[in-house]
Amino acid sequence: MLEQYAHDLGTKMNETQTRTHGINIDALSRAPQTLSLDKEETALQVADLNLYYGESHALKGVNMVIPRNRVTAFIGPSGCGKSTLLRCFNRMNDLIDGVRTEGEVLLDGNNIFDRSVNVAQLRRHVGMVFQKPNPFPKSIYENVAYGLRIQGVKHKRVLDEAVERALKGAGLWDEVKDRLQENGLGLSGGQQQRLVIARAIAIEPEILLLDEPASALDPISTLKIEELIAELKDNFTIVIVTHNMQQAARVSDYTAFMYLGNLIEYRDTNTLFTNPAKKQTEDYITGRYG
Amino acid sequence: MTNIRDWVNSGTPWVWMIAGAVSLSLFMVFGVLALTAARGLVYFWPKDIAELHYTDQTHQEIRLIGEIHGSEEVPLSRLTSAGVDVDTDKDPVARFLLKTGNRDVLGTDFRWLIEPNISQQAYPEGLIILERREWGNAYGYLTAVKEDGLIVARGEDAWPAFQERIERVSQLHERIRDIEKDEIGAINHGLEQLRLEERRLELAGDKDTKKRATIEKERSRLQEAYGELEQELTRLYTDSNRDNYTLEIMDGREIDLPIAKVVRAFRPNAMGTSAKVLHYVAKIWEFVSDEPREANTEGGIFPAIFGTVLMVIIMSIIVTPLGVVAAVYLREYAKQGFTTQLIRIAVNNLAGVPSIVYGLFGLGFFVYFLGGSIDQIFYPEALPAPTFGTGGILWASLTLAILTLPVVIVATEEGLSRIPRSIREGSLALGATKFETLWRTVIPMSSPAIMTGLILAVARAAGEVAPLMLVGVVKLAPSMPLDTNAPFLHLDRKFMHLGFHVYDVGFQSPNVEAARPLVYATALLLVVVIVVLNLAAIAIRNHLREKYRNLES
Repeated sequence: MLEQYAHDLGTKMNETQTRTHGINIDALSRAPQTLSLDKEETALQVADLNLYYGESHALKGVNMVIPRNRVTAFIGPSGCGKSTLLRCFNRMNDLIDGVRTEGEVLLDGNNIFDRSVNVAQLRRHVGMVFQKPNPFPKSIYENVAYGLRIQGVKHKRVLDEAVERALKGAGLWDEVKDRLQENGLGLSGGQQQRLVIARAIAIEPEILLLDEPASALDPISTLKIEELIAELKDNFTIVIVTHNMQQAARVSDYTAFMYLGNLIEYRDTNTLFTNPAKKQTEDYITGRYG
Repeated sequence: MTNIRDWVNSGTPWVWMIAGAVSLSLFMVFGVLALTAARGLVYFWPKDIAELHYTDQTHQEIRLIGEIHGSEEVPLSRLTSAGVDVDTDKDPVARFLLKTGNRDVLGTDFRWLIEPNISQQAYPEGLIILERREWGNAYGYLTAVKEDGLIVARGEDAWPAFQERIERVSQLHERIRDIEKDEIGAINHGLEQLRLEERRLELAGDKDTKKRATIEKERSRLQEAYGELEQELTRLYTDSNRDNYTLEIMDGREIDLPIAKVVRAFRPNAMGTSAKVLHYVAKIWEFVSDEPREANTEGGIFPAIFGTVLMVIIMSIIVTPLGVVAAVYLREYAKQGFTTQLIRIAVNNLAGVPSIVYGLFGLGFFVYFLGGSIDQIFYPEALPAPTFGTGGILWASLTLAILTLPVVIVATEEGLSRIPRSIREGSLALGATKFETLWRTVIPMSSPAIMTGLILAVARAAGEVAPLMLVGVVKLAPSMPLDTNAPFLHLDRKFMHLGFHVYDVGFQSPNVEAARPLVYATALLLVVVIVVLNLAAIAIRNHLREKYRNLES
């Protein structure tokens, strides 16, 4: 009951949201404060997470809960650890030499850092989209089908359906349906980024991590990505890292502010932006540093 | 002073130097090609035959017939000190090299002539050149054509009759070769297989009489077929030996020679330009498509072309996966550190090892050790005759694969390092394992770089001769490594190679002077083969580049 209510409210909020790219006070104070982390289902739980790059301490005792089917944004100045934290959720940090993690990230009650976890399996549940569009030099179709082919899906009809569904989900279908066999690199930057999102959702992950997905795009493409995020949250739990506070305010339900590896403040977006509890948060969102 | 300094500082002299270096390199490359082309391609053009009257050392005037092959200037003093009597006041004296042919009668092919001693020089249309299956070319006048010892044509009528009969004889010869090479070859192959089968049974202690009976039956069937073929051969041989021709050679003698030994006869002095062009094209076609004759100094070099190309292809098939796997391990899986650095240095240095050392390694390891062991285990029935325990195209290809491995490894590593991290992360984030990422994305995207390595490898391997001499190249291979007898590809067979052919014809042939233009022609062909192989590889690479073109952006 409660969940349904929150969900409806969220949708309404999205409808009233004004999508412009200047600072928009309306957007920041758009809806009553009805969202609360206490009432949400848990998708991911972070417990006492510490991360070290060699000697440097990049994440310092982070504790947080990522709510299911919500958009959670991480903001903070460069080097604050927001991308590092995001990359912990699908263990992308494993690829970097000399990274050490302590603490737990629980997905469905299991610690993803556990030795027994199959990392490839984990990444099928936790998809990721990167800052710069990185489609493979293959056809649009093969780009989207990639994850399924990895899982051994060979049936043409199954693949066709999945590709169409994913491209529709990413709002790209109408633009590319006639040229699925063309190289994905022939698309524009914004289309490429949506292609990459389609590729990520084609394998139907539970959680979708977006690492500054719009920072390399023009305003129109950014707008489309933001609209897409709002649509996707019905089916996916979304965590987004962004440099752009307005973007965080526009798209997210909850926002975490990080500074120098610490999670400073984490609450529903409205409250965080209109009535931050911490001085550091206020300084950052009012542009005093960052 | 300041002007010069300004000029130096402006960088202009460097630009000139660089441009000069580039032009010098280009000039040398094209110079080499032009020289080989000029020397080699002229060989096939029909030269006019000269009839000369010449005063020899005994002051007698003699008649000489032949092709003038070259001339040089010699100081008079050298000639006189060599005891040559020259009646002239010109110094230096011109000297001509005349190819007189008719080695079977005259004993020598070439003769030096001193210009002042030539009293008369003419190019009569009746002179003919005969290309023969033995003894090199013959020059002279055709006087008569004989059938079964009886003259059937004489004088002007002899020429058309002669051409007709040559045509007939070549057809017979073609059939003889078909029988000897293919049909009898197949029977011999079958008989050898039966002998080995029998020996295998013997070694296994198998006393099954039924099996032996089948072998025996098969053998008698083959022998029967062989008998039939032999009869046909005898008939064909008698048939082709029916006709003779009479040739008047330069010293005035008339000699009878069999038409069966004539490959081609023509009258260059009577030929117009178009006839010469046709002749030229026919000769070049013979050169690239036919088998060699007369210890490789005549005929074509098709088996050598085939051997070279096949060896390079087998080498590519071996070296590509090996090099790619090694590079992938070094770059993607091995922990980067002192050891990998050491391995890289070792690999790079391997490229600098002299090729003959690889030849020795190939002989010691592949031929004697590996080949010997294979023979012991798989071909005991053929021992003591070696199957793989002797040089062959497989061992040659393997040796060259090792020789070119460093190039492929270095190029592949280079290609792998250029795949952007974002592509790998994109694949991993979709739940692909590291291997799947490599296999489905990274390696296909590195394929242009792999092809670059392969192109370099092919260029090096095709031109390599020294190591091959130890591991399987021969002067004349009785059969090609690819034929119609199962299993079609005979990796144990020895083969011919263009590079070795150049060496063999140029330095080991019985008639070096006569074969010299052939050396240039073969060298040119070797270059052409390498260029064609490279162009093929480059075309594939460009196609792949187009496919994975984002690497350039």
